[in-house]
Amino acid sequence: MAETHGHEAHGHDAHAHHEEGWFTKYFFSTDHKMIAKQYLFTGMLLGAVGAYFAYVFRMQMAFPNKPVPGYGLVTGADYNSLVTNHGAIMIFWVAMPVLIAAFGNFLIPLMVGCDDMVFPRINRLSYQIFLLSAIVLAASFFVQGGGFGGAWTAYPPLSAKAEYSLTPLGPTLWLAAVALEFVAFLLGGINFVTTAMNSRAPGMKAFDIPMAVWMIVIASILFMCSVGPLVAGAVMLMFDQQVGTGFFDPDRGGDPVLWQHLFWFFGHPEVYVVLLPALGFVAEIITVFSRKRLFAYKTVLYTTIGTGVLSFFVWAHHQFIAGIDPRMANVFSVTTVLISIPIAEMMFVYIATMFGGSISFSVPMLWALAFIVEFLLGGVTGIFLGASGADIYFHDTYFVVAHFHYTFFPIAIIGTYAGLTYWFPKMFGRHMNEAVNKVHFWVTITSFNGIFLPLFILGSAGDHRRIFDYSNFPELSQPWMQDMRVFATVCLLIMLAAQPLFLVNFFYSMFKGKKAEANPWNANTLEWQCPSPPPHGNFSPLPEVYRGPYEYSAEGRDQDFWPQNSPT
Amino acid sequence: MAETNTIRARPVKGPPIIQSEVFAMIIFVFADVMFFAGFISAYALVGARAPVGWWPPPGDPALPVAAAGGATVALLLSGAAVFYAGWAARSSLANAVRPLGVALALAVGFLGYQVFEFVRLLGVGFTLQSSAHGGFFYTMVGAHGLHAMSAVAVLAWAMRLVAAGTLSPGAFGAVRLYWYFVVLLWPAIYLTVYL
Ligand code: HEM
Ligand SMILES: [Cu+2]
Repeated sequence: MAETHGHEAHGHDAHAHHEEGWFTKYFFSTDHKMIAKQYLFTGMLLGAVGAYFAYVFRMQMAFPNKPVPGYGLVTGADYNSLVTNHGAIMIFWVAMPVLIAAFGNFLIPLMVGCDDMVFPRINRLSYQIFLLSAIVLAASFFVQGGGFGGAWTAYPPLSAKAEYSLTPLGPTLWLAAVALEFVAFLLGGINFVTTAMNSRAPGMKAFDIPMAVWMIVIASILFMCSVGPLVAGAVMLMFDQQVGTGFFDPDRGGDPVLWQHLFWFFGHPEVYVVLLPALGFVAEIITVFSRKRLFAYKTVLYTTIGTGVLSFFVWAHHQFIAGIDPRMANVFSVTTVLISIPIAEMMFVYIATMFGGSISFSVPMLWALAFIVEFLLGGVTGIFLGASGADIYFHDTYFVVAHFHYTFFPIAIIGTYAGLTYWFPKMFGRHMNEAVNKVHFWVTITSFNGIFLPLFILGSAGDHRRIFDYSNFPELSQPWMQDMRVFATVCLLIMLAAQPLFLVNFFYSMFKGKKAEANPWNANTLEWQCPSPPPHGNFSPLPEVYRGPYEYSAEGRDQDFWPQNSPT
Repeated sequence: MAETNTIRARPVKGPPIIQSEVFAMIIFVFADVMFFAGFISAYALVGARAPVGWWPPPGDPALPVAAAGGATVALLLSGAAVFYAGWAARSSLANAVRPLGVALALAVGFLGYQVFEFVRLLGVGFTLQSSAHGGFFYTMVGAHGLHAMSAVAVLAWAMRLVAAGTLSPGAFGAVRLYWYFVVLLWPAIYLTVYL
């Protein structure tokens, strides 16, 4: 409310030229590019934490009850907490802040051609609340009984009663952290949508908006439509934990499955919330590196909106064996299988975009292609799970784990690497080393498949997820199964070992890389029409827009690109 | 494609269709509506699954339907007053001060009644913990009450700026929108919880 007039409130001229302290500059900036970097670095840091957790519990799985180097002996409670927080961190503190908040903040004002978000101070507040949420999450690991271990889905009664969770404060802090994170994204999302709606450069019509912006905006709207019921559920769960209410306690007239409905009503749209930005990045990248128009721009847009709507009617596919009415299971099977149609269509559109183009296999393009290939596997296996008959067998096996890693890894990791390698020159005004990035790409992609392909086989053999030590289950610890677990863990070690290649390259190039020109990829969208890195205020003068974002290889022009702001 | 090479005189930019503050508030209110929709559907679901005659549980006291109905009318009237304030402000912002004062007084009355009702019900042993029903009652009515309190605070702030003549039309629009949300949300909760 304090923001009375969006564009004059942040008054960038007022503090662009006098010296700011280091702290003011890096922690109290209202510049969208700085806030983007805050989100990016916080997200990367938490990504390292999430990766470390995965390392620890995968080691326990491959070599049960041997001390894990860098951690020690893993107890059952440790294991549960590590798995729970690995999932929660990767989704809420890595995928969301990096894909939506970091890229959304960086790209939206630049791509729609304005100087900053409409409400810069609300934007700053968004990051501060996000940081607080991460601190609360970290605090939850250090309370009596340790961190919360009731799975990232936090089903009651395990999450509701201290006598089951064995950590009286862990679940409450964990929930508080998640709720704070939602508030941060609510504030951020309001800014994204309002900015894309009201601050576009003159001349930029709805169908001139780059896909990446559309996707982030639609994702924000999906988030805001779905998060409310979960926050309501979080309030109820927190009361059950700390005040002794009985919302989810059947003894007192409550209903434990109620939580599952509230959670998945949010949870399923949430997967599209993170998917859409990644799809947007891929659209930008494949058009630039194929020198072609995006095939069927409007179809992509309408499909995305349709998918978003449909994603609110599939949630119970997570509950096929939770005791829901079988007639309801039928309905949700149908909607779930339906939703793979627009997803498949999107993949075809991207392939059609590349068809006949002059493709250059630069690093961002490699990542974008890998996204399509790997995500396709994730989507296809979702259809098996969507058929309720098959899912009764597959539910809670490693098949599900493999399925969603084939969706989330392309989104959160491949999508991020695609976006970072593509926009790095704009963000930091320098180039990364291509050769190192190519090695990093191939090792990461190969080892990723090595980790998760065996899990499909294990899951089909009935391997149950969330088991701390399989030696107690003879039929699940046959030698071939254990061998597959060891193989997957070794592949994880290889993947983790390859990541410093990128990180060192990233931080080294930030300061020492080859200087980047304004538009190194010869792209059309507005962010490439201002200096690299963009100064405070981005454009001078502010751009005007004459055409859509994907006019590549237009006939009758000497250049094969045609910037959106070029009058001729 | 050659014809696309001609210069098009596109750039024109009118004022935004919806002011940014109002637009932002629409999004916020929408998210908040979904928050309460979560409660209302949870209440309906738990009620529907309870055995016949067990919802609300027989031990719970009857809720004061009529008295709360009176408070509902007061709150709706405050919404009308804010609506009138927005209308009056079109000729001069100063005209809005008095109706805003009326709205504030009505809303404070509503909140006062709510506190009185909570104290009375707690007095007869109906608490958050007595049953899922008690939990829903206090959580839903309380969540609305917190929203109403924040709306009162925001409206008081806006009234001061209106009196000083410095409130921007966009911000005023956003404040009024929030007020309508709080007012119109209440009947939905009243119908769910009391009836
Ligand atoms: C083609 C569309 C998709 C279909 C048909 C589909 C179907 C399903 C089904 C039926 C389940 C429940 C399996 C079970 O628990 O027994 C499931 C789980 C899951 N899916 Fe998908 N899915 C699709 C796309 C996605 C996407 C795009 C993502 C992520 C961005 C995703 C992430 C997940 C996650 C995280 C879970 C597991 C949640 C958990 O139990 O921890 N899915 N999927
Ligand atoms: Cu789902």
